[in-house]
Amino acid sequence: MEQLIFYSLAGATVLFGMLVVIARNPVHSAIFLIGALMCIAGLYLQMGAEFVGGVQILVYVGGVMVLFLFVIMLVNVRTAERVRQLSPEWKTALLLAGALSVELVYLVLKGPGVFATAAPEAIPALQGNTQNVGAALYTKYLLPFEIASVLLLVAMIGAVALARSRMD
Amino acid sequence: MAEAGIALIKIAVVLGFVLNLAALLTWAERKQSAVIQDRIGANRASVFGLRLFGLFHIAADALKMLTKEDHVPQTAEKFIHGAAPFISFFFALMGFAVIPFGDVLRVGGREIPLRILDLNIGILFIFAAIALEIYGSVLAGWSSGSHYATLGGMRGSVQMFSYEIAWGVSLLGIFMVYDSLDLNRVVLRQGDLLWGVLPKWGIVTQPLGFLLFLAAGMAITKRVPFDLPEGESEIIGYFVEYSGMKFGLFFLTDFVLTILISALLATLFFGGYQLPYLEPDGFRFPWGATWSLDHYTVVFLQFVALVLKIVFFCWLLLAVRWTYPRFRYDQLMDLGWKVLFPLAVANVILTGLVLTLIE
Repeated sequence: MEQLIFYSLAGATVLFGMLVVIARNPVHSAIFLIGALMCIAGLYLQMGAEFVGGVQILVYVGGVMVLFLFVIMLVNVRTAERVRQLSPEWKTALLLAGALSVELVYLVLKGPGVFATAAPEAIPALQGNTQNVGAALYTKYLLPFEIASVLLLVAMIGAVALARSRMD
Repeated sequence: MAEAGIALIKIAVVLGFVLNLAALLTWAERKQSAVIQDRIGANRASVFGLRLFGLFHIAADALKMLTKEDHVPQTAEKFIHGAAPFISFFFALMGFAVIPFGDVLRVGGREIPLRILDLNIGILFIFAAIALEIYGSVLAGWSSGSHYATLGGMRGSVQMFSYEIAWGVSLLGIFMVYDSLDLNRVVLRQGDLLWGVLPKWGIVTQPLGFLLFLAAGMAITKRVPFDLPEGESEIIGYFVEYSGMKFGLFFLTDFVLTILISALLATLFFGGYQLPYLEPDGFRFPWGATWSLDHYTVVFLQFVALVLKIVFFCWLLLAVRWTYPRFRYDQLMDLGWKVLFPLAVANVILTGLVLTLIE
């Protein structure tokens, strides 16, 4: 049962991902991307990472994708539909994609243990998922967490600065 | 098998309650606005001369919506246009799955938790549902193939994610005080007494959080004074190209969201199903008096308490709707980003300071 759910979610993710690229209408692409992101949230839920799953929907689907849709609706979509679907660089892209898929197939065939990963740590017996995430972020991974927040702050200020200079 | 049956009964109870209350609210809104504006209000529908304060208007409205022509404009994206109202309605209803309407019911050696879903992330589930609910209005606006509708959808999307941020941050204080995202645990901890007298409800510990949540929550329901995505009578909103029951679903979604916000206000800030001084074995007043009650009476009283709280907040939200004029769009954005959001962040910092000092 668990495997069935996993494979259907994973398959749906890949299918939605492909449809994002194939769809001619940008709004359809965005809708398929929402589908893919929701399937990934489902995968997180299946792994027992409720918090990450909830945040995935909240941040990506509820925030980022609404902004995406807003921008797409702001730009006239009807003209975008007529643009040629295939880029002139398709041969290079095909080569790169081919190389990547060969690598992926090779790794999949070799099975787990290709990469030396650390054994998963025992999860401390806290109340639940959210508490675990919070404890890990604010103790063990405090420095990367803070660096990431500073980076986001810089990006935010940069965006505001760019928008302001345009307005003057 | 029994588990599935119990789950279905719980879903039926919650869904029945929400949908019936939403239908009643359509009537209450008309009657209440009439009283506020010194009119008589809906009183035309009658069955054999019986008018019943216009209550038959609910059925009459439903019949009218269901039998109207379902018009789809030629320029519309047929599939998305049809799906949008259902997206809105479905995800608005989904939020109720984690709202506890009681602690546990013990029947025949079986302990039934009185909520549909027991989720560790509780409130995040509701946030996710609301986040998805937005897509109904955005996609409705876009797929109608009409500029008025598209503009309405765009106004809606910007308003929603502006206010969702303030909405979420205003609740952080509650979760710091009660130390859990699980709504039932939040409700249980609100049953404690402060200084032996005052119930430790959210309104007592987070008064600022309550006001911020109320304001942002009203924006989420997309009703006056925050009805810029809709504005039926003047600026026209995302559902301008909808007719029949599809429009009806959008219309009902607003009421369902009003009930959801009311339920959240009751659950997070007014003790949910808790009644002051009501313990699992009966009332225990701080002045020493006791009144013991059996288990079923306590569960029933708690359920009634929650229902009354929800109805009270529905009334409050309807009254606000008929009291204040609509914001201008720049005022709306200013309120969200320059007032509610900074205040919500200040509330979090203040709560953290106070909590650290108490410890």
